[in-house]
Amino acid sequence: MIFDFFAKLTGSEILASIISALLPLFLFILPFALIAVLLERKVSAHMQDRLGPMRVGYHGLLQTIADILKLIQKEDIVADSNDKTLFNIAPLLVFAGSYAAFAAIPFTSSYIGSNINLGLFFIIGISGIVVIGILMAGWASNNKYTLLGAMRCVAQMISFEIPTLMVVVTILMVTGTLNLNELTEIQSGFFWNWMIFGGAVPGIAKILLIPFMIIAFGVIYISTLAEVNRTPFDIPEAESELVSGYHTEYSGMKFAMFYLAEYANMFAVSAIVVILFFGGYQSPVGYLGNSIGLHWLIPIEQLFWFTFKGVGFVLLQMWLRWTLPRLRVDQLMAVCWKYLIPIAFVNLLIVGLITLI
Amino acid sequence: MKEYFNNIYLALSTIFIGMSVTFKHLFVPAVTIQYPSVKPQLPTRERNRLYVNMDDCIGCLQCARACPVNCIEIETVKKIPDEDLGLTSNGKKKALWVTKFDIDIAKCCYCELCVFPCPTDCIYMTDVYEFSEFERGNLIYDFVTLTGEERKEKNENYEKFMVEKAAQKEAELKAKANENKDNSQDKK
Repeated sequence: MIFDFFAKLTGSEILASIISALLPLFLFILPFALIAVLLERKVSAHMQDRLGPMRVGYHGLLQTIADILKLIQKEDIVADSNDKTLFNIAPLLVFAGSYAAFAAIPFTSSYIGSNINLGLFFIIGISGIVVIGILMAGWASNNKYTLLGAMRCVAQMISFEIPTLMVVVTILMVTGTLNLNELTEIQSGFFWNWMIFGGAVPGIAKILLIPFMIIAFGVIYISTLAEVNRTPFDIPEAESELVSGYHTEYSGMKFAMFYLAEYANMFAVSAIVVILFFGGYQSPVGYLGNSIGLHWLIPIEQLFWFTFKGVGFVLLQMWLRWTLPRLRVDQLMAVCWKYLIPIAFVNLLIVGLITLI
Repeated sequence: MKEYFNNIYLALSTIFIGMSVTFKHLFVPAVTIQYPSVKPQLPTRERNRLYVNMDDCIGCLQCARACPVNCIEIETVKKIPDEDLGLTSNGKKKALWVTKFDIDIAKCCYCELCVFPCPTDCIYMTDVYEFSEFERGNLIYDFVTLTGEERKEKNENYEKFMVEKAAQKEAELKAKANENKDNSQDKK
């Protein structure tokens, strides 16, 4: 494990935990956000028959780096009537909330920030901080658009947490664990052991589980999409109505932190979906390291598969974003309370009955 | 109840239809042109910046008269007899020095009306359309090929010539008058 390695290296557990906590930020989230922003712009451009950024580097590869350099140079504007304390804390809270979720996500079998038994519970709980941060940002900006955006955002995130949790409970009933590392280990072997294909449940129950697992996957994917405020559920930002929602008043690095948090969140929810339904870091076809006898290769392969699956779902989010128009607030609430929650609940009951077999 | 499931079906199926449309467009070649490095093909009769070929200009002012916004300003000076300005490309003899040929391209409305009356086809539309300037004054184009001194010189030459001519005429008139006097005195 990485933590033990650093503990031996530095001789201090505090230092080791700080280093292993910072690892995903610098090795994963920041590079991921840089790539994802560019990817989003290129994907959206090509879907609309455009080219997207083309000037900076080959086909605009360095565009996000140029943007970050620009954002760093920008003036940090704090208006007179802003609530300064809350205004300054809000982006930190939002970023910390979405970053903290990465602590419990197992990237490989040998690296997991914190291998706690309530990992899934922790992720869902800690992402509640994001709601507080967003409401704080909207309120402290002292602007009607930001407040409207923040209120919509909070309403949406709290509502869509219910179907997410229902599906999490469904998975919990089948696997019997909230520890994400164990959850992934249960799905080891080949791809038919993934939860979307009924998991490693023996006998007829596995086949019976498949359709309900697909429904559960659909529900959790839609509701996590709503939780990270992506189109078609981006009413908190709604450029055409609310300027840009809760981060209208932010500039420079504070704005960049909201942006970073959004992309970190996108990957975090994709990672949760991957861990719950698509075997986490498990390879679908077995490991090259096993077959040629190089055991140090396995964690690298696992990291590759985890990133591959996660980025695949991020791409799916982008694809949906550039396909679907934004929902109205009432439609959004109807999707949640009238459709997702009843479906998730019935699904929960049926899966519960099947697991009794 | 039926409506409920129908709604679900409709939502999912339309999402998939939309996604297939966007997926197809992912592979459609982009319609964008990388403008400053790749320029679009302009239509054959496009109207852009005016250009005047001063070698052919005979200073007839027809373009200035045709201009609906008065953006062309021309001043001419007659040549003096011992100067030879040469011929235009279609064989017309030039009789005037053009000492001012300013086109205020900021005023120009690109109607091309000045191009048609030109007897020597020396004013025409080019295919240049990128000529923005930071100062409005830079948009007044001076097409005259003569230097400032030459222009002054031509004016002075002409004035001198006219003065000389006037003096000559006066002298002639005086001479005639004298002759007449003499004649009348003779008759008497």
